[in-house]
Amino acid sequence: MAEPLLDIRGLKTWFKTDDGMVRAVDGVSLSIDRGETLGVVGESGCGKTVTARSVLKLIDMPPGRFEAGEILWQGRDLIPLDEAEMNKIRAREIAIIFQEPMTSLNPVYTVGDQIAEVIELHQKLSRKQAMVGAAEMLKLVNIPNPERRVNDYPHQFSGGMRQRVMIAMALSCQPKLLIADEPTTALDVTIQAQILELMQEMKERFGMAIMLITHAMGVVAETTQRVVVMYAGKVVEEAPVGALFGDPRHPYTQGLIRSIPRVDRSAGRQARLESIPGTVPSLLNPPPGCRFAARCRYVMPACTQAIPPLKEVAPGHKVACIL
Amino acid sequence: MSNTDALLSVRDLRKHFAVKGGILSRVVDQVHAVDGVSFDIAAGETLGLVGESGCGKSTTGRCILRLIEPSSGEILFKGADVKRMDATALRSLRRDMQIIFQDPYASLNPRLTVGAIVGEALTIHGLAKSRREHEERVVQLLETVGLQPDHMRRFPHEFSGGQRQRIGIARALAVEPKLIVCDEPVSALDVSIQAQVINLLEDLQEQFGLTYLFIAHDLSVVEHISTRIAVMYLGRVVEIAPARDLYDTPLHPYSEALLSAVPIPDPTVKRQRIMLQGDVPNPINPPSGCHFHTRCPIAKPDCATRVPELRESRPGHWVSCHYRG
Amino acid sequence: MAGSTPASLTADAPASVAAAPRKSGPTSPWQEAWRRFRRHRLAVASGVVLLLLIATVVLGPFIWPVAINDIDFAAKLQGPSWAHPLGTDDLGQDLLARLIYGGRISLAVGLAAMVVAVVVGVVVGALAGMSAGWVDAALMWLTDLFLALPLLPLLLLLMYLFRDHFKRLFGVEGGAFILIVVVIGGLRWMQVARLVRAQFLSLREKEFVEAARALGASKLRLVVGHILPNALGPVIVAGTIDVAAAIIAESTLSFLGLGFPSDIPTWGSVLRDAKDYLDIAPHWALFPGAAIFLAVITINFMGDGLRDALDPRRVL
Repeated sequence: MAEPLLDIRGLKTWFKTDDGMVRAVDGVSLSIDRGETLGVVGESGCGKTVTARSVLKLIDMPPGRFEAGEILWQGRDLIPLDEAEMNKIRAREIAIIFQEPMTSLNPVYTVGDQIAEVIELHQKLSRKQAMVGAAEMLKLVNIPNPERRVNDYPHQFSGGMRQRVMIAMALSCQPKLLIADEPTTALDVTIQAQILELMQEMKERFGMAIMLITHAMGVVAETTQRVVVMYAGKVVEEAPVGALFGDPRHPYTQGLIRSIPRVDRSAGRQARLESIPGTVPSLLNPPPGCRFAARCRYVMPACTQAIPPLKEVAPGHKVACIL
Repeated sequence: MSNTDALLSVRDLRKHFAVKGGILSRVVDQVHAVDGVSFDIAAGETLGLVGESGCGKSTTGRCILRLIEPSSGEILFKGADVKRMDATALRSLRRDMQIIFQDPYASLNPRLTVGAIVGEALTIHGLAKSRREHEERVVQLLETVGLQPDHMRRFPHEFSGGQRQRIGIARALAVEPKLIVCDEPVSALDVSIQAQVINLLEDLQEQFGLTYLFIAHDLSVVEHISTRIAVMYLGRVVEIAPARDLYDTPLHPYSEALLSAVPIPDPTVKRQRIMLQGDVPNPINPPSGCHFHTRCPIAKPDCATRVPELRESRPGHWVSCHYRG
Repeated sequence: MAGSTPASLTADAPASVAAAPRKSGPTSPWQEAWRRFRRHRLAVASGVVLLLLIATVVLGPFIWPVAINDIDFAAKLQGPSWAHPLGTDDLGQDLLARLIYGGRISLAVGLAAMVVAVVVGVVVGALAGMSAGWVDAALMWLTDLFLALPLLPLLLLLMYLFRDHFKRLFGVEGGAFILIVVVIGGLRWMQVARLVRAQFLSLREKEFVEAARALGASKLRLVVGHILPNALGPVIVAGTIDVAAAIIAESTLSFLGLGFPSDIPTWGSVLRDAKDYLDIAPHWALFPGAAIFLAVITINFMGDGLRDALDPRRVL
């Protein structure tokens, strides 16, 4: 089996706060192969965004720090690299797009300038050539009148268009991995469909891998190939997408899938939605043992004694549960 | 659609916002946020109001309560015209119609205790005759929504999003309203909490005989909780139907596209997705005729000139399209 | 950050993920702010020093019962000694006693002027923020007008014009006090008004205000019960800065001879008297100058601490 493109091993990203150490990411391992779309799923506070930003080392280092673990990019650990070396990887090899395109784009520069800046930085082209490249990228992401719109400012675009601009910026140097942190959460559902389709198109054209972070199970089901489920800073389940939805093994995953109302016919009419009782545990003082124990319907005494390791229960399907 | 015993009856509601521009801030344009909306809500039912951003659903909800003054149209609550009510009548209307907001973090005054927030309505309308009665009522409300009595003395920032939403619901229930406008009440919550709050809303509806106008953009949630659903696009209602009918057989091309765009949390279900091109047009200059014609897959020339009427295509299923239904 | 609640419909003491669960009871936003303030060592230290200063001027006369105008030519222009810890002036009057007395006046003026500025500013700002029509435009025009006035010359002019009037109406000390407070406060309300207006404009649109409207709250209830308490944070910070500014303004006025009459010692007037004797008796100018400096700097540091503690981004 070929070496994975990105291999995160035992990553621990902690934050020092006035109240103590917040263990936002507490021992996370996941990997992405070339050209694969991995979904990272979880609710607020589970650590998925911190994981994504850790890959590109976009975390403020005080108060954050890498307590342990390795982030192997094509076999090379990123954690010890300094800023200069990380900058060669950012945008060129790994790119990232965020949830809120309005705040990720600088409002006082035209979008052409912003895309061109990325191109100039990484491809050593002149300004003029970079601007041409920028217009081409806009065309690629299906923005009408790209030559004209290259001179527009971010506020002149709608939400969906801005996300396209973000994607254009991210792809301008043809990275091998695109990290998308909740790229469509802020968009209307019809625009979301357009953006997801665009990402798929780009992925096929450039042979990119995508790390898609989201809390929307529907998006995960439709766009990803493998899924990692996170809870309270740890990975609780990892499986190919069909296996995850068809045979979820971890009680949290099961609860999550069952609490979603379904629109399509095949689901049948539900009388009452299932919900998961309890509260997400504090990341300051995580409970000993399995973090989901307090809310789990199958909890047993052994659950609170030791953290269950991630073990493989079926080919490619790993679960962190005693059951 | 003349249902004379409807609890709430909205006819041709319009709301325009003036756009000021130029040196002297003259009115240069109008944002046609709500452009002729009509529907009925019967007592005890839940009408879902769906649409994407800019369709005017939130504005409609607020106009009904006169939190925003409607530009024109009729809003009849139990037969009385809300638009024409004076201050006194409006005040007692506030006891009949309430609202739950979307943002659990912005909808509670951070400087008031939970008890003060929930009990404010009691004070305003003089619903409790003694301090003890006031406190008892507040405790009762908190317990109804699943919180504990000692939460009365705590402050909103000490609670999670789902709990804050419960506080907001308790606040709305304090006046014992007949109708509650739920403005995207679960959109800002995590999925597993959404389920809890939706269950709570359904329980309360049964317990108190409430009527809901449920505004949301998440179609799965709306389908679950609504009896009937109205789909809005750019200030107009394009389709109204019983929930199941809308999802099984959507008639309006926009409803179809909207439904097909919803991602299904099941990778085995393969769907034919109807992709709409382009973005939602600007409500300042909406397209002529049928607002949807610029993106409609079946648009014909006269769609740009004639405004379609909302017609009853099948019993209880209304569509506003020249060529469908 | 959204958490979850138990489906069994009972919720325990909740905690957001990053905050430590508090063992004690409910904490109001004001208590939270106090907690944050306590972490600013400089601000807390300044607070302590200021408290000592205030205690000195309030309790001083009881601990150091020396008259402020005991003329004793034998002891004139002496440096600090056991009999006169801060030395004496050219009439042999004890400086410590005079500065304590003067401190009361200076601090009282500072506080009172701040109150005037804040009250006027809040009223104007609230009216402007809530009306947002021609009333708003008119009030803002008025505010801008006042802001454009040159403060110091105007202060001097007003003092010069009205000093005798007020002296006749309220007596020497009372008249001077009221005039100075009104003049200083009356020329400092504009910043507060702008601040309050900005707060009102943003708070008006907040959902919790809309919720109160939906409940049937009257406009007064909205302003007093909902908007004002949330608008006060920046106002408090501005207020502390106003106290410092008022103290300096009063000192300046007294220094220029247009403040309190010369037999009433304030820090500024003592400084004025001392200015001609700088080479012979530097202590005479040093101590009142140091007092003014100390008061102003501690207030400013406290203001910094308050600004961070009351940061509206955190509470709202």
